[in-house]
Amino acid sequence: MAKKVEVSNLNLRYGDFHALKNINLSIEERSVTALIGPSGCGKSTFIRCLNRMNDLVDHVTIDGSVLLEGEDIYRKGIDIDNLRYRVGMVFQKPNPFPKSIFENVAYGLRVNGVKDKSFIENKVRESLVKTALWDEVKDDLKKSAIDLSGGQQQRLCIARSLAVEPTMLLMDEPTSALDPISTAKIEDLIFELKKQYTIVIVTHNMQQAARVSDVTAFFYIGELIETDTTSKIFTNPKQEKTQNYITGRFG
Amino acid sequence: MNKKVSEAIAFGIFRVLSFLLVGVLALILLFIIVRGVEAISWDFLTKMPSDGMTSGGILPAIVGTLCLMFGSIVFAFPIGVLSGIYLNEYLKESKLKRFLRLMTNNLAGIPSIVFGLFGMALFVNKLNFGDSILAGSLTLGLMVLPVIIRTTEEALKMVPNSLRVASYALGATRLQTVFRIVLPIGMPNVLTGLILSMGRVSGETAPILFTVAAYFLPKLPTSIFDQTMALPYHLYVLVTSGTNIEASRPMAYGTALVLVIMVLIFNLSANLLRRKFSKKVKLK
Repeated sequence: MAKKVEVSNLNLRYGDFHALKNINLSIEERSVTALIGPSGCGKSTFIRCLNRMNDLVDHVTIDGSVLLEGEDIYRKGIDIDNLRYRVGMVFQKPNPFPKSIFENVAYGLRVNGVKDKSFIENKVRESLVKTALWDEVKDDLKKSAIDLSGGQQQRLCIARSLAVEPTMLLMDEPTSALDPISTAKIEDLIFELKKQYTIVIVTHNMQQAARVSDVTAFFYIGELIETDTTSKIFTNPKQEKTQNYITGRFG
Repeated sequence: MNKKVSEAIAFGIFRVLSFLLVGVLALILLFIIVRGVEAISWDFLTKMPSDGMTSGGILPAIVGTLCLMFGSIVFAFPIGVLSGIYLNEYLKESKLKRFLRLMTNNLAGIPSIVFGLFGMALFVNKLNFGDSILAGSLTLGLMVLPVIIRTTEEALKMVPNSLRVASYALGATRLQTVFRIVLPIGMPNVLTGLILSMGRVSGETAPILFTVAAYFLPKLPTSIFDQTMALPYHLYVLVTSGTNIEASRPMAYGTALVLVIMVLIFNLSANLLRRKFSKKVKLK
């Protein structure tokens, strides 16, 4: 399988705080990589390095390299807006815009200069179908997205990311604010989406990591302790820390 | 003392005080309505003043005040909103930002008569606009600029950051995020700043005293370089320095009533506009 992302010697500091220590990780094309670890271990910080969301935070310094399809996304002169256009992101809490359902999904296309009305309509429809939301909302596309349930909002946010046809999808604890039924729907969705997309998901829920991912990476206090196929991590981890974490001895 | 009793007493006092506030407002309105209503007539609203301002109407003052409100808002609203956007959306926490904030607050604290003096020196004399609607509007605009800047800044601060982040994550630029997400959501509160400013602009006398207001000018302005009468100054004239103060007393109350009603109408319509905006962008 082809390498989608190649992270080498990545270090991130918030001021003096060394939040990510020398991370090396490669991510395969069309796979789901789960990032697990106790709170504050750096997994959310790490995922935000992949679409340069940390640029929005003050006093952050980053060194090392992150290659996305062979291109260093931290090189000088890279178009960051374009990078974020290519790498979609879904957040912990559903954050739909206070606009109509249709406009939420169309937003990414519009800000990237797409004007063709029928193209936008098709994309909106396609994205809502992919996220299994179409049948639930097809008659109220003009309704405000704020009126949807939490689970629907999160699927809308995923649809919103998919509409711009990203090459990779980052999910930062996408189900932590959702009930079990909505969570199951999102997990089914991840299963469907990985046929087409490379997905990196941060999760606190170990069952979730075991259910949806192909590869699991365990982070602990800013370090990447161990990466392996999910089945190996959960049955036969090499590191004692990983063993302790997944068996619930700390975390 | 019993907890319940002190609770009841405390909120009893709060209640009395808040009703007192409404009472004072009602009293002022009632006072002006009772005294002013006899002066109000179709002629009063549509005629020029006559007989040494003891009869006739106040049309030029109404038109003048409308021109000044419009002119100052056209000048101050865009500048104020754009400055507010710059402060809240672009500038990181820094010395420059604290300095700009401090200066904005200081500007808000300057007495309006000083604005009048400054407007006269800069717009009337230096830039040679003369006593004119242009000079008056710019002076009034400067005066309300800090209000608009601060309310815009506060309004944008209330827009959840998660929405900005979501917009960036889709590849939107900062400018697109500001104009497509942040500003529309903050708009209802930005409009509150506008309402406050309009009320102030319509009622201030000092800034227009040396820049535009005419003591007696029974004709309508035809260009922005014309002088004009204005309601607050006209009121001041009728009360203190008319040709026959006793005879012009009802006219004075009539003028006050018209001014108050005008401000009320503006506030009301701006509130409707505001409500329309908030419906469109309501957040949970």
